[in-house]
Amino acid sequence: MIAFWTLAVVMIASATWCVTAKKPVYSVVALLLHFAALAATYLTLNAEFLAVIQIIVYSGAILILFLFVIALLSSGVAPFSVGQNRLPRIVVPALALALIALGFLTWALARTVAPAASPGASTVGPVGTANVFGSVGDFGTALFTTYLLPFEITALILMVAVIGVVLLASDQTPYLPSKKHAAEVRREMREAILRGGEQ
Amino acid sequence: MNAMTVPLANYIALSAVIFFIGVAGVLVRRNPLIMLMSIELMFNAANLLFAAFARAWLHNAGHIFVFLVITVAAAEAAIGLAIVVTVFRSAKTVDVDDVALMKG
Repeated sequence: MIAFWTLAVVMIASATWCVTAKKPVYSVVALLLHFAALAATYLTLNAEFLAVIQIIVYSGAILILFLFVIALLSSGVAPFSVGQNRLPRIVVPALALALIALGFLTWALARTVAPAASPGASTVGPVGTANVFGSVGDFGTALFTTYLLPFEITALILMVAVIGVVLLASDQTPYLPSKKHAAEVRREMREAILRGGEQ
Repeated sequence: MNAMTVPLANYIALSAVIFFIGVAGVLVRRNPLIMLMSIELMFNAANLLFAAFARAWLHNAGHIFVFLVITVAAAEAAIGLAIVVTVFRSAKTVDVDDVALMKG
């Protein structure tokens, strides 16, 4: 219980810091703190594998990606204009909306009181023991048997993301030629053919 | 041993609070990087709820779901950051109010 409240305070504080920080780098640091606290929360929920991939994937990969982009954009010109502060204008309706939504969500979800363990549930043991709920073995068995198809689709999603990033971030855009460019290419090819295939 | 030491409602409330902090970040901030980070916050609030319910029902389908969400979040972050870089390269700014390329 003490662990939960400590982690909850850390998570809410770091999330607020992340959203309100002036510089994006501070946001990344706050998000790092948030993810660390979330990983610890996963541990209290017997989800040890999730805690590990939370640290590795989020803190290790995604946040580093954010840092790289911030470093890339901040070199040279300053791209981050502060702009007008739009908080005062919307703070009252936003707060009201958020409180209503929060109350509604809490009420709606809290009606499922004291759920019992579902059939086919695994046993609970201390974090780190083998073959209990949430252990790596338990997770892996489910992932590679019952949920094999979603796991395979994950690979497809990642491949699409990789291709998309390479296309978006490359210097040339060879797959999006303009009409003018296409005509130029055709003309060059025709001339090359007339020259007899020489360069 | 099977009962949770912390009531499920606590996790729900915590997740809702973090989710709405993320919503506020997306709505208020105009820096696309911080908006992307706020989206990550919302993903993580949902993940926390998945893990909490998985623990309550003692069924690891929630864990699988968190795994898939993390994968999608990684793909989303990569694509989003690539778009930010591309936009910055052509527009020399990344303020989302100044980028009105798709506005009819």
